[in-house]
Amino acid sequence: MALARTLYDKLVDSHTVRHLDADGRRVLLYIDRTVLNEYTSPQAFTALREAGRPAWRPGASLGTVDHVNPTASHRVAAMPDAGAARQAEYFAENCRDFGIELFDVLHPLQGIEHVVMPEIGLVLPGMVIAAGDSHTTTYGAFGTLGFGIGTSDIEHYLATQTLVYKRLKSMRVTVDGDLAPGVRAKDVVMALIRRIGASGATGYAIEFAGSAISSLSVEGRMTICNMAVEAGARGALVAPDQRVFEYIKGRPRAPKGRLWDQAVAAWRLLESDADAVFDQEVVLPASDIEPMVTWGTSPDQAAPISMKVPDPVLETNPDRRRDMERALAYMGLAPGMPLDTIVIDRAFIGSCTNARIEDLRDAAAVVRGRHVASGVRAMVVPGSSTVKRQAEAEGLDRVFLDAGFEWRQSGCSMCLAMNDDVLGVGERCASSTNRNFEGRQGAGGRTHLMSPAMVAAAAIAGRLTDTRRAVEGE
Amino acid sequence: MQSFAIVTGIAASLPASNVDTDVIMPKQFLKGVDRSGLRDGVFHDLRFGTSKADFVLNRNPWREARFLVVGPNFGCGSSREHAVWGLGQFGIRALIGTSFAGIFFDNCAHNGLLAITLEPDQIETLTAVVSNPASAELTIDLPNQTITAPSGLRIAFDIESGRKESLVLGLDAVGTTLQAREAIKQFERGYLRENPWLA
Repeated sequence: MALARTLYDKLVDSHTVRHLDADGRRVLLYIDRTVLNEYTSPQAFTALREAGRPAWRPGASLGTVDHVNPTASHRVAAMPDAGAARQAEYFAENCRDFGIELFDVLHPLQGIEHVVMPEIGLVLPGMVIAAGDSHTTTYGAFGTLGFGIGTSDIEHYLATQTLVYKRLKSMRVTVDGDLAPGVRAKDVVMALIRRIGASGATGYAIEFAGSAISSLSVEGRMTICNMAVEAGARGALVAPDQRVFEYIKGRPRAPKGRLWDQAVAAWRLLESDADAVFDQEVVLPASDIEPMVTWGTSPDQAAPISMKVPDPVLETNPDRRRDMERALAYMGLAPGMPLDTIVIDRAFIGSCTNARIEDLRDAAAVVRGRHVASGVRAMVVPGSSTVKRQAEAEGLDRVFLDAGFEWRQSGCSMCLAMNDDVLGVGERCASSTNRNFEGRQGAGGRTHLMSPAMVAAAAIAGRLTDTRRAVEGE
Repeated sequence: MQSFAIVTGIAASLPASNVDTDVIMPKQFLKGVDRSGLRDGVFHDLRFGTSKADFVLNRNPWREARFLVVGPNFGCGSSREHAVWGLGQFGIRALIGTSFAGIFFDNCAHNGLLAITLEPDQIETLTAVVSNPASAELTIDLPNQTITAPSGLRIAFDIESGRKESLVLGLDAVGTTLQAREAIKQFERGYLRENPWLA
C-alpha cells in the first residue's frame, strides 16, 4: 500500500523529472510557470545570451514591471531614475528577444506580479510556480506550490523549465474556530509569525488547515500564504476548494469549456491524505487572535494592538534581548508604552500582501466619511491596474480621496521603496506591507505592519489604534 | 562559478539574528542590469552610517574578513541575489551560522559562497575565538569538511553531497541539467498530456 502523502508531497512528486540522490530528497523539479520582474531578472537573461541558450518554454513565463516604477497619479512610460529606466528598457528587450509576454507600465494589466498572476487566471491548483521574488508563496492559496528563487535559478528555470530542488519538511498550521469580528487574514498570519518566529518555518512548507482558514476568502488566503515566507516557509498551501474554483472560473487565462471541467475534476483530488503525517503541527485557536501590529524590526516582533511595547529586561534569552534592544532603539520606542499611543507620520496601503480589491474595500469602509489626521500623509497604491480600475468603478477612489488619501498607480512602491515612494529618516509609517526591516521603506524609516483596515484606522486617528474602536467612532 | 577547496582567512563575527538581505544589500544598489558594482553596497548602512567606527568590518583585522560567523536566520527576506554577489565582491568566501534563509542559502550555492550550518554551541565557540583579533584566522577545508585554527581548534561540518560537489568543482548548474534534456522533454510531454489545460 502506498504511504499516506501530504498535499506538498503530491505536488513535488507530480513534478519530479528525476531523483538526484538515493533517497529522493534532491530532485529535478519541473516548473509550470514563472513571473519575471525588471530587477531580479536582467542578469539571468544576460547569462542566457552569453551562453547562447534560448528560453525552454517562453509561453510559460510572463513579465510585469512592478518594483521600480513610479506610482504618481499620471502614468508615463519614462522612468525618472536612470537605473530604473535602464532596467525597464533591458527587460522589454529581453522579453521581446526571448518571446515572453510583457506587461510594461502602460499596459492595462500591469501590476504587482503576485496580484497580476492570480487575477488573470495564470495560477491554477496543482501547479508549481517559482519566481524571482520571495513572496511567490502567495500562490499557495490556490493549492499551488509557489516559492521564491534567486537570479541564478531564474536562469536555470528559463533554460531548462526545471530547478534542482531539495524537498522541504512539512508543517501543518491548524486554525480552527471563528475569528472575532474585525480580525483579518493579516492578523492570523502575523499571530502565527509572532508565535513561531521569523525562522520558525525555515526548511518547511506549511499547509494551512482548519475551519477559520476555509472560511476565509481566496484573497484572504493569499495574504496568509504571502506572509508565510516571513516565518521562513518556502511554500505555503491551502487545499483548493469550491471557493477557489469559483474564483478562477472565467478569468481571462483560465481554462475554458471541456478543459475547465477536466481541470476541476483533477483539482478536487488535491488534498493531504487523511492519515498523512506532518513533521510539525502548530495549532492556533482562531478565537485567541486579535488585531496585530509590529513594534520592532522583524515581522515576529509583533503584538496585539491592546498590548504594550515589551520590555527587553523581561526577556531571559540574551540574544533575543539584544535584538529587542536594538529594534526598540531603531524604532524610537520605550518599553511599556501602550501600542495604541504610537503616533504616525505616514500611512501606506499597498503591496502584494494587501492591495487587492477586498483589501481596498475593507480599508475604504473604515475611512468612509472620515478624514486623515492632520500631519499624516496617507497613500493607497492598488495592487494592479486592474484592481485600480475596479476600485474606481466602485467609487472607492473617491472615498479615499475625500478622506485625504493619495490615490496612486499600481506597483510595489513603498513596500520596498525602490521607486520614489520612500520614508524619510525617523518617519513612522502604519503599513499594510510584509516587512518591517531596518531601512526597508527608506533609510531610517520606521515601519509598523498591520492589516489595511488597521492602517486606515491609524491614518484617521493619527496613531496606531484598534480598527474595531475606530469604526465604532470612539 | 568560482570553486572552493581550502581557504584560509580572517573571520568576523556578526551575531545579530535575522540579518535580512535589505541590510546586506540596500535598495539603492539594486538598479543595475549586471552583477558588478556591489562591493560598496554590502552592509552599506552599517559600514558607512553613523556608528561605522564600531562596525566589525571597519576594524582591524576584520576589514580583511574572508568568512563571517553569523547569527540565526541570516539572509532572510527578499530573494535579491545581489546580496550574495556583493558579499563575494567584498571578498567573503564562506558564512558560518546556525541557520540560513532558504532562498539565500540556494543563492550562496550558485555563486561559490560556502554556507556552513553548525550547532549553537559551536557557533558560540567560534564567535569567541574570532572576536579576539589575535585568533581571528581560520582555515576552511571543504573537501575534508573541517574548520580549523592555528590554536588547534577543529570543527567538522556536514554538507549535502550535491552542494559540495558543485562547489568543489565550480560546476555550471544549467549545463549540468541540460545533460538531462531528453528526460525533461519526455517528462514534459507526459505531464502536459495528463494535464491538457496546462499545455
